[in-house]
Amino acid sequence: MSATPLLEIDGLSVSFGAGGREVKAVRGASLGIDKGETVALVGESGSGKSVTALSVLQLLPYPSAWHPQGSIRFAGEELMGAGEARLRDLRGDRIAMIFQEPLTSLNPLHSVERQISEVLLVHKLMGREKARRRTIELLHLVGLAEATERLHALPYEFSGGQQQRIMIAMALANEPDLLIADEPTTAVDVTIQAQLLKLLKDLQAELGMALLLITHDLGIVRRMSERVYVMNAGRIVEQGKVADIFATPRHPHTRRLLAAEPSGRPEPASRDAPEVMAASQLKVWFPVKKGILRRTVDHIKAVDGITLQLRRGHTLGVVGESGSGKSSLGRGLLRLERSQGAIVFNGRDIQGAGFKELRPLRKKMQMVFQDPFGSLSPRLSVGQIVEEGLLVHGLGGDSYQERRATIGRALEEVGLEPDMQSRYPHEFSGGQRQRVSIARALVLKPDFIVLDEPTSALDMSIQAQIVELLRELQRRHDLAYLFISHDLKVVRALAHEVLVMRGGLVVEQGPADEIFTCPKDPYTRALMDAAFEMKADETGVVSL
Amino acid sequence: MSRFLLHRLLQSLVVLFLMSFVIYWLMGLMPGDPIDLMISADPKITSEDAARLRALYGLDKPITERYLNWLGAAVGGDFGFSRLYAKPVPEALLPALANTVRLLGITLFLSLLIGLPAGMAAAIRPYSKTDYTINLLAFAGISLPAFWLALLLIIVFSVFLGVLPAGGVAALGGDGFWDQAKYLVLPVANLTIASVGGHTRYMRAAMIEALRQDYIRTARAKGAGPARVVLGHALRNALIPVVTIVSLDFGFLFSGALITETVFAYPGMGKLIFDAIMGNDYNLALVALLFVTLLILIGNLLADLAYAWLDPRISYR
Repeated sequence: MSATPLLEIDGLSVSFGAGGREVKAVRGASLGIDKGETVALVGESGSGKSVTALSVLQLLPYPSAWHPQGSIRFAGEELMGAGEARLRDLRGDRIAMIFQEPLTSLNPLHSVERQISEVLLVHKLMGREKARRRTIELLHLVGLAEATERLHALPYEFSGGQQQRIMIAMALANEPDLLIADEPTTAVDVTIQAQLLKLLKDLQAELGMALLLITHDLGIVRRMSERVYVMNAGRIVEQGKVADIFATPRHPHTRRLLAAEPSGRPEPASRDAPEVMAASQLKVWFPVKKGILRRTVDHIKAVDGITLQLRRGHTLGVVGESGSGKSSLGRGLLRLERSQGAIVFNGRDIQGAGFKELRPLRKKMQMVFQDPFGSLSPRLSVGQIVEEGLLVHGLGGDSYQERRATIGRALEEVGLEPDMQSRYPHEFSGGQRQRVSIARALVLKPDFIVLDEPTSALDMSIQAQIVELLRELQRRHDLAYLFISHDLKVVRALAHEVLVMRGGLVVEQGPADEIFTCPKDPYTRALMDAAFEMKADETGVVSL
Repeated sequence: MSRFLLHRLLQSLVVLFLMSFVIYWLMGLMPGDPIDLMISADPKITSEDAARLRALYGLDKPITERYLNWLGAAVGGDFGFSRLYAKPVPEALLPALANTVRLLGITLFLSLLIGLPAGMAAAIRPYSKTDYTINLLAFAGISLPAFWLALLLIIVFSVFLGVLPAGGVAALGGDGFWDQAKYLVLPVANLTIASVGGHTRYMRAAMIEALRQDYIRTARAKGAGPARVVLGHALRNALIPVVTIVSLDFGFLFSGALITETVFAYPGMGKLIFDAIMGNDYNLALVALLFVTLLILIGNLLADLAYAWLDPRISYR
């Protein structure tokens, strides 16, 4: 480190609330960044890393958030206690920030041009014409050349990756000295993540700015930064050069983080286990309706003729980017979506089976969803959530006590306490909620579970735990999984067979070993590069 | 867009048609008919006379037949004769409508003019002294019974101070601006106090929600000042839910405010509809209620257009 670092945080504390309700989010964190340097701040959700980042520009919800102590110096200037006007001068000009959710971080009602040029108007007092030229320049810089024609387009008209590019363009408009990126790629597919990381790296080299990267993903740290600070429970527990930390982690928490990436391989499964689920030429088409009479004029072919077979104790990994139709495939197999083509479940064609015929079969096929927050009713206790399926199917015993015991056993199986059933979802973390979702599926003793991106919303270390749990449950109950994910890293740890999807069609399908060792299709290779190496695709098979 | 409008107009016609039957049928269910009132007014009418009168007015026919007769005439522009006012229905209706639009139009305008900024001021610093004060006043306005407040206003301004008239629309022969305006002051004040609290609370809730969004944090991270954050980023997003509420008020604008109109002896739509129903004035009540239905439909259409104007993500095809 040179004599005066660009940013120096010294003994920073952040608390929310006061008195008996005080929550200490950050407890005396110190870190420094030099000019042009990339520094990563890594930690799990709730470790205080985002709060630390937001403290720099003082964007926390004051006065309910406050700083008991600490100092933040930017280029030698003390920001703690600096006036609001001075901070406004720095925000978006010398220090810029990008966030995790690009869609919600952009104003839904303002055009792209308006949002980007606002930074120029506020700080450089630029005229409209000049600002527009600069906005176009910036859009080219972040690789959105065609956006020049879409200056008046609104955020929702862009894909997630493009939205984040717009955020980056906005942040870089005034060529800041420091860019703080708070989990910039967590909300996007791995392929897009790789592209965005490459973009950030290139732009950093071009503009010579420093980058403070907040992430929970050590893979990103390794690829992007020179130095790293590891944060846990509001404290910086370890710091140093990335290479050193990865080679010889000293703090137990760092070691745990390093060990936490989803790893291992699925348990070998018997090749002639009985077939649970099979589909041939399955099609899920959504009609496009137009006109006053709502006539069907066209179809969106989400799944367009997919044939698959799944045996007991096996996992079929369905891989693809957002919009590839993988979720529609899962929902189609469970008859949650109208489809065409045979669906054979436990030897019986369920395509066309009526509601009443299907009902007893439903307990044998279950689903776990991606969003652990949206998929559990906030008004029901965990016990009621798990119990609902039992009541529908008349399982788990006749008395309340018996059912309570059954629910308790299901919770225990997923690594929760039996007496947690009287609590409500908001009292649980994301990983725990996903365990509740799994318990809800498991309590009905299913043969087949569709897991729709069950780990995507979770921290890396929690992902590893869930993968571990799923493997263990599969072994114990001989379950068949359809595991849907965009992340090949997780799929490799779980799947016996893999099906790569794109635009509703199969790109490649076969045993996992074969696909992972020698992928035939360039698209599969691009997905693998993105997942394992965080390498952006340059052949053009992955679109923006 | 024009297609959307056409679609909506067709829909509105269907609703109007259905509502006309429902209202006609409900009024047929009401106890008594105009002839009963005539009997009570003139004890010399015999039951044979009554039966002849019923046959003359067609009241002895089944309700569907009566409805179809009415519908045929109404489509031809003949809305019948108001028994209470002894003139054709449109002539009886229009003055009341004009009075009500004037009264409630001014009220809605004032209520929004005060309520929206007050709600914003409260939302910018929730749970501050400003917020608590504004909330206290808003709840006071919502909670005060309109008739009680009206009586209080009359006692203070008409009885004690004697500066404003206690009721009516205009003095005899007085047609200057102030002559008419002074009759509006108390009813407008009464209705504004009753409705401004609601508008304040809606605006406050919508604004707090908007200010909590991620894009507000982005705006602040860009270096935008408080005025730019609130007016440039949050306001338009916050107005979208408020438009729904105001569009509901639009219907209320024409249906009148019965209690206030009664206390201040103000001849508006609320009082007209009430009198027409109580007096078994079928023709007048039917048209007045249908007219209110039509205006509520127009209010909803305007709300949809306002959504599209506020939120460019909404486009109608």
